[in-house]
Amino acid sequence: MAESKELQAKEKQTVPDVVEQTRPGLVFTPDVDIFETDHDITLLADMPGVSTEDVNIDLKDGVLTISGDVKPWGDTAASDVLIEFDIGKYYRQFTLSDAIEQEKIDAKFEDGVLRLVLPKAEKAVPRKITVTAG
Amino acid sequence: MVARRMINFPFMGWPHPFSEMERMAKQMDWLTSGIFGRPGASFFSARVFPAVNIKEDKEKYYVHAELPGIKADDVKLEVNGRNLTISGERKIHSENEKAKYHRKEREAGKFSRVITLPGEADATNVDAKLVNGLLTVAIGKPETARPKQIIVN
Repeated sequence: MAESKELQAKEKQTVPDVVEQTRPGLVFTPDVDIFETDHDITLLADMPGVSTEDVNIDLKDGVLTISGDVKPWGDTAASDVLIEFDIGKYYRQFTLSDAIEQEKIDAKFEDGVLRLVLPKAEKAVPRKITVTAG
Repeated sequence: MVARRMINFPFMGWPHPFSEMERMAKQMDWLTSGIFGRPGASFFSARVFPAVNIKEDKEKYYVHAELPGIKADDVKLEVNGRNLTISGERKIHSENEKAKYHRKEREAGKFSRVITLPGEADATNVDAKLVNGLLTVAIGKPETARPKQIIVN
């Protein structure tokens, strides 16, 4: 890829209402990349506007939940001129098929991007079994 | 009496034309999404990255944009007259070659957008910061563009 392509603006996708929120406000699904190697699964999620301490990650019964709260911005006294995107929480869930070593999960949050490395449990790492002719 | 009460009635006008238009556009979207199958392709919202929100107070314009995963060094801002140009590149580094991708929703690429502010901007009084993937540009209004209170004697 010699020439990088032009970025297009995407409309933020709201989460379909499965369970209603107790607090009102918009909830968006963050864009994610998920890739897997033999040893771990890595998840990258775009959550702009979220502070590191407001990122929540939960793994329970094979369901990974990531969420991020966005605090209202400082200049609320200013009046709107043009609004192209809305602000709200981020929330997304994934089912994980492999067993994950919970203690070794590593999460980093930098520049509005969450990077989550989920190491696979020993038994989930594929082992090659060589069949020898008897 | 009736006429007076009507005049005294709290002003219910549109706070600004864009929001009303946008709301209508969103409704249109919702109505047509079933036919064209493209929800979210809003009529008014620009398809040029990044989407921006513009606010103003007496002294400044505030431009917000969401730029997740973009380093401050990779963003270029220019103020020229009434125009603010935001350009740069979003880089996504390639990961382990052996990795198998399950999802790839995040996109990399170059972007450039010119935003025309509602009024004159003071290019010498611009403050920009990029925190947690959120860009905030505060642009001062020149003295001549600020509202002035006139005291009635």
